[in-house]
Amino acid sequence: MPRGLRMNYNIKVSCSKERLKSIREFVKDTLSDYAIDEMEISQLVLAVDEICANMIIHSHGCDETQTIEIKIDVEPNQGIVFQVIDKGVSFNFSTYQEPSLEKIIETKKKGGIGLMLVKRIMDDVQFSSTDGFNVCRMFKKLQKN
Amino acid sequence: MLEIKKHTENEYLTLEIQGDIDASSSIHLDAAMEEALGQNPGAILIDASHLEYISSAGLGVFMSYIQELENKNISLVFYGMSEKVKNVFQILGLDQLLTITETAEDAKRIANEL
Repeated sequence: MPRGLRMNYNIKVSCSKERLKSIREFVKDTLSDYAIDEMEISQLVLAVDEICANMIIHSHGCDETQTIEIKIDVEPNQGIVFQVIDKGVSFNFSTYQEPSLEKIIETKKKGGIGLMLVKRIMDDVQFSSTDGFNVCRMFKKLQKN
Repeated sequence: MLEIKKHTENEYLTLEIQGDIDASSSIHLDAAMEEALGQNPGAILIDASHLEYISSAGLGVFMSYIQELENKNISLVFYGMSEKVKNVFQILGLDQLLTITETAEDAKRIANEL
């Protein structure tokens, strides 16, 4: 990859949980072209997978006729912007309260920890809705080399 | 793709997990864990040497059984995890709540001590 050149990548997938694997491969393949630590790539793949799984399951009820789009903008020596874009029920991030691990164990609730992982992995996470489109924008700083 | 093989040796029930545990496949892990608990073994060992990937859906399954395992006095021990998979447990501090060891021998020894 040419040094310093800003690159954009995107993929559109149907809202099926079986498509998560191809989303992960897209993120991994895209980031593998850059000098990013393998462990860091794994974490970023996980964060995108978590957001996409949430959208596919909760915003689209796994309706395969609907799609979500994943965009990756890489600005070498600065950072990576990941965007997951869909049309659907928007996620209200302002009302999201992070559950405690104890509460999850006690209530045997299997969900709720995906966003915890995303917030730990990314440097910034924003949800927004405009003109019927919902965007989850995640930013990860890159180490300057 | 997720494949789970179950084998029992004395008081140890081992679930050998191969492939990816994500939101689409975690239901199979849940079924395997439920079945394993139903057999009331002394310990459930998770052979994670061929576990390629785990997301929150998989973590959630293990977390949802922590209380039942305690109530039934069954120990749960993981072994053979790759650094990448272990890191997912570490991000949330789950490596402090669950027992993660290196080898099958370690897992058996520690399961007896729990």
